[in-house]
Amino acid sequence: MLDVAQAVEIDSVVKRYGTVTALHGVSMAIAEGEFFTLLGPSGCGKTTLLRCIAGFEQVSGGAIRLHGEDIAPLPPHKRMVNTVFQNYALFPHMTVLDNVTFGLLRRGWGTRDAEARGREVLRLVQLSEFAQRRPGQLSGGQQQRVALARALAPRPKVLLLDEPLSALDLKLRQAVRSELKSIQRETGIAFVFVTHDQEEALTMSDRIAVMSAGHVQQVGPPREIYEAPQTRFVADFIGETNLIDVTVTQVSGAVARLQLPGGAAMDCPAAPGARPGPGHLSVRPERLSLCAAGQGDLAAVMQDHVYLGTDTQLLMRLADGARLVVRQQAGSGTVPDPGAALGLRIEAGAARLLAD
Amino acid sequence: MAGAAPQGASAGSDIYRGNGPRLLLPVWLWVGIFLVAPVLIMAVYSVLTKEFRGGVIWDFTLAAYDQFFLDRGLFGDEPPRIEWTYIGIFWRSIWQAGLATVLCLLIGFPTAWFIATRPARVRSVWLFLITIPYWVNLLIRTVSMKFLIRDTGPLNEFLLWAGIIDTPLALVNTNFAVQLGLFYSYLPFMVLPIYAAVERYDFSLSEAAADLYADSWTTLRLIILPVVKPGIVAGCILVFVPSLGAFLAPELLGGAKTFMIGSLIEEQFKGAAGNWPFGAAASMILLSIVMAVLLLHARAQTKGDRT
Ligand SMILES: Nc1ncnc2c1ncn2[C@@H]1O[C@H](COP(=O)(O)OP(=O)(O)OP(=O)(O)O)[C@@H](O)[C@H]1O
Ligand SMILES: [Mg+2]
Repeated sequence: MLDVAQAVEIDSVVKRYGTVTALHGVSMAIAEGEFFTLLGPSGCGKTTLLRCIAGFEQVSGGAIRLHGEDIAPLPPHKRMVNTVFQNYALFPHMTVLDNVTFGLLRRGWGTRDAEARGREVLRLVQLSEFAQRRPGQLSGGQQQRVALARALAPRPKVLLLDEPLSALDLKLRQAVRSELKSIQRETGIAFVFVTHDQEEALTMSDRIAVMSAGHVQQVGPPREIYEAPQTRFVADFIGETNLIDVTVTQVSGAVARLQLPGGAAMDCPAAPGARPGPGHLSVRPERLSLCAAGQGDLAAVMQDHVYLGTDTQLLMRLADGARLVVRQQAGSGTVPDPGAALGLRIEAGAARLLAD
Repeated sequence: MAGAAPQGASAGSDIYRGNGPRLLLPVWLWVGIFLVAPVLIMAVYSVLTKEFRGGVIWDFTLAAYDQFFLDRGLFGDEPPRIEWTYIGIFWRSIWQAGLATVLCLLIGFPTAWFIATRPARVRSVWLFLITIPYWVNLLIRTVSMKFLIRDTGPLNEFLLWAGIIDTPLALVNTNFAVQLGLFYSYLPFMVLPIYAAVERYDFSLSEAAADLYADSWTTLRLIILPVVKPGIVAGCILVFVPSLGAFLAPELLGGAKTFMIGSLIEEQFKGAAGNWPFGAAASMILLSIVMAVLLLHARAQTKGDRT
């Protein structure tokens, strides 16, 4: 392989369960030492993709390469990847330490070395005092950390984590998040992290792959996913957005000229694949501002507002009936009366023409 | 079992502890009438004097136990030596029951595994098939077994016809026949508890083991067997205990050489030749062996739970 820095390459992977197709030709490359997140709604195929990498499922088409080597013929126990399972899957009849050293002993470590390494990893996840307990005697958060320690101990090339934080409450989840991130940095192991929590994905990842119904929608760093979504699905799934129906008159490279619902023309960045004709413009609510009627880019009518503490959400309607949301920071202006006619200004460079 | 239930209410939770004495009254009555009383009666009979036409005389003596363990010669006046006859019968019974348990385990575990890993719809069908023969009385099934394997029975006829043998195999009245009978009688008692344990087994544990570089054999040895062990132990007890006191299979399929405890005891209570105190004493000794097995198991269990 030319590109040796890739820890995992997923090449047009198709997975079918009978008549159900869970993955429709998914491709992505995960770099060495990268925190890579698979983000998508329930049932989009995240777990399926992880299980294909781990070897619990045979792919129906395409290939998965680990450091350039096709792992299709390898059974799970010969793949140098470890998994943190969605339900932890700790061995109930073994102590925490025995759970953690299990993988080491199978790889032929001596008992003494395995135990030393086991204690080292338990220290890393701050569970040293719990080495002799059984999993049933631990809290959910502690079990999750045992699962992590068990998977980290053999120093795999790639660690697969299937929604490891979903069973934790908010406080604990936030604490474990940063812990997980620092462990990932310390060990330099590539993490493939599954979640359907966008905040988790945005705060932890080096790169995110957004998936929907067995397709990869977009792969990129969090900022790019948030600020430059390429499809309606990504724009809508990540954060809050306004999708405005527009007519695209011309696309040249990454810039498009289009006509807004009120008839005003504007130039804006376009996602790859955008074509002239009817299209969708994505504008984040916090990047719209109010102005006097007849001014700005759009004409809208005030409908209602929702007070959210740090800011206020203004619900508007365009002339064609489409709804719009504007976010106004607390103390940055008065809330217009319902029924008031207003102008809306789109912040320069904040709008983005989507590919679909 | 330690660690099996991850969280939430288990049988040991506080809320299940209160109210004990009153709610348990039916249990105590049941145990008292059907368990404690019969054992007490048997214990008392074992230390009474035998009456020659069957029955007992209310004279307390340890003669029955003496007769079981010691040989004092034909007229009872020689120095006592150890009497091997009955110990031998017991030993043979333990051996037969142990062998039946091992055979049931070897066949029962894969069977239970097979059923438990079928799709949920099909499982009940398989379980039903396993239990169908047990709707027929054990006596009838054992007699049928004898008919099947006797010299002129279908098995021998078939083997002769197929040219595999040229004289009929003498199967009846052998250890083999008794073993076959025990195995056949008690197999479901092995399959059902193991099935229950395997059905509850979380297969993501096997995936976790494979993920941590364990091949299938290691996974079976280190993860599956220990986790379903309670089912296996329960199955072994449920096969071993009744096999030890089994009466029908050895009586109908075996002969003088395969005489087992069950027949020995039965003879003592039959007709004028019987010896009730001796039968009761043999029963008490059998009961002690069974209790010892169960205690050993309970000890191992609590030890496993504490560590
Ligand atoms: N063993 C299976 N047999 C049939 N269909 C399956 C099987 N496993 C998964 N699927 C289907 O494949 C699709 C993807 O499932 P998958 O478990 O990968 O979703 P997911 O993204 O992990 O969802 P979640 O966030 O709920 O865990 C779903 O439509 C699911 O119904
Ligand atoms: Mg999943």
